[in-house]
Amino acid sequence: MSETIVIAETRDGELHPVTAELVSAANNLGDSTTIVVPSINDAAANSASSIAGVSKVIACVGDCFAAYDAASWAEAIDSCAPSGVIVCAASQNGKDLASRLAARRSISVVQDVVGIDGGTLTQPIYSGKAMQNLSLNGDAVISVRANTFAAAGGGGSADVSVMNQSADVATAVREMIAKASERLDVAEADIIISGGRGMQDPANFANLERLADTLGAAVGASRAAVDTWEEIPHSMQVGQTGKTVNPSLYIAVGISGAIQHLAGMRTSKYIVAINKDPEAPIFKHADYGIVSTWEDALPVLESELKALLG
Amino acid sequence: MGFKSKGCPLRGTGDKMTEIAVLVKRVPDTNAQILVSGDRVDLSAVKWVMSPYDEFALEAAMLHKEAKGGNVTAITLGNADCDKVLKDAKAVGVDRIIRIWDDSWSDLDSNQAQTALANVIRDLGINIVYCGKSAADTGAGSTGPGVAERLGWASASNIIGLEFEDTGVEAMVPAATGNARTGVSLPAVISCDKGFCKPRKPNVKGIMMAKRTQVEVMSSDIPSSSVSIISHSPPPKKAPGQTFEGASEVPSVVAALRNDANVI
Repeated sequence: MSETIVIAETRDGELHPVTAELVSAANNLGDSTTIVVPSINDAAANSASSIAGVSKVIACVGDCFAAYDAASWAEAIDSCAPSGVIVCAASQNGKDLASRLAARRSISVVQDVVGIDGGTLTQPIYSGKAMQNLSLNGDAVISVRANTFAAAGGGGSADVSVMNQSADVATAVREMIAKASERLDVAEADIIISGGRGMQDPANFANLERLADTLGAAVGASRAAVDTWEEIPHSMQVGQTGKTVNPSLYIAVGISGAIQHLAGMRTSKYIVAINKDPEAPIFKHADYGIVSTWEDALPVLESELKALLG
Repeated sequence: MGFKSKGCPLRGTGDKMTEIAVLVKRVPDTNAQILVSGDRVDLSAVKWVMSPYDEFALEAAMLHKEAKGGNVTAITLGNADCDKVLKDAKAVGVDRIIRIWDDSWSDLDSNQAQTALANVIRDLGINIVYCGKSAADTGAGSTGPGVAERLGWASASNIIGLEFEDTGVEAMVPAATGNARTGVSLPAVISCDKGFCKPRKPNVKGIMMAKRTQVEVMSSDIPSSSVSIISHSPPPKKAPGQTFEGASEVPSVVAALRNDANVI
């Protein structure tokens, strides 16, 4: 088979660990993997060269990579990347870039891949209510969800070649407005604790935030909670019309488990549900269900976790 | 400042009217169960709606017209079953409704769909395209940036805030470290998240007007497909979980998360 090209995921100029997972995905698709690392300098490319199973690293260096701009990123990366199947991360910007790159090369894009088996790719459709299995006839750009493949190991020593690029930036960031809180975004977090309308009052989400601080978790919410309370922003919403998440641990508190919420979190590795209604649909999807009011359960959970994690 | 009178549309500041397009898609209601029978999804019993994020794109397009003048064209891609989402757009006040299709087409891959959309958008002389950040069926979010690339336009995706300017828009784009207040010059494609505007509801007059309006059907050359759908399958089933009664069982769950699941 031919060459597969991984577009490295970077955050603030540093290599994001998901890149090593993309290398594993690429090694499932072809027998030679090249990483293209878009950045303002070659620092991230030098860290990419130690990922095992990589034959070549291309540092795609340009001023346009200072902030995300779809048009210039696609132009610069396109001119660095050889032909072949391209693998991006299924992050917000990764998917946007995947689509731009595919359009630029007049090929198809397949987003949110969660399985590669021989020539068959699997992606969720209808927010995971069904899976679609497909094959590619020729080159394509695919994006791969985090936590799908085990990360490739270290110890590699691929050659790094630097390709300087200049591309016109099409959009201008006028101001970065920092997040009000330092809290993790649900799309980034490995542990998520979410509240639903069963929390009764948005002020009660403070209980979830304290737990999240202990766990290093993000706080999410159901659509019912976001639609009911202005204080709960849409950025916290997990579900088909919110964010699709894939954490190691998802704790649902006072969430009944509407189908559109399940669609956004059902692939979580472990699901804990706390609900006073033993008939709540969420229990059918939980690995560990606790039939209790949150008022009773959360204080015990908090003291147990504090004892365990300090 | 311009003024409005019958037969004399309010003009933008440039020589040309702002030609605004909104892309809308017919999808199964997000509350619908999706069944797989044989090796394909069976959508015969689902309720169909306009994809939820498209409602925000439609509202953004209408607000753009109200702020800066111009025309709004709603565009969909699909067979005659998709006329309903165009009529829904007409009912809240868009000027034109266009459906792109050819009876020789079946399921289009992203390369085919984006080519058809970009060709029609180019021919219509559109300056700005609004779309939902993703459609509720594929969840891909490929269409906005893909169409922009084919047209050689700027794009901003997943926006959560919008201000209209004379030569572009200012969009709030979520980033890893916060939100980026971003200037986007026209022509551009803007993909919309929910939350920054409240989609208007149609009134009776709008609904009557929509009933009388003809859907214009257009077509386009498209490339051959490069993706083959092999099958659909239900999501993998999880092993049944354990249920515990009462808060006194919380320590058992914490122990299981620590010792069996290894996630804390």
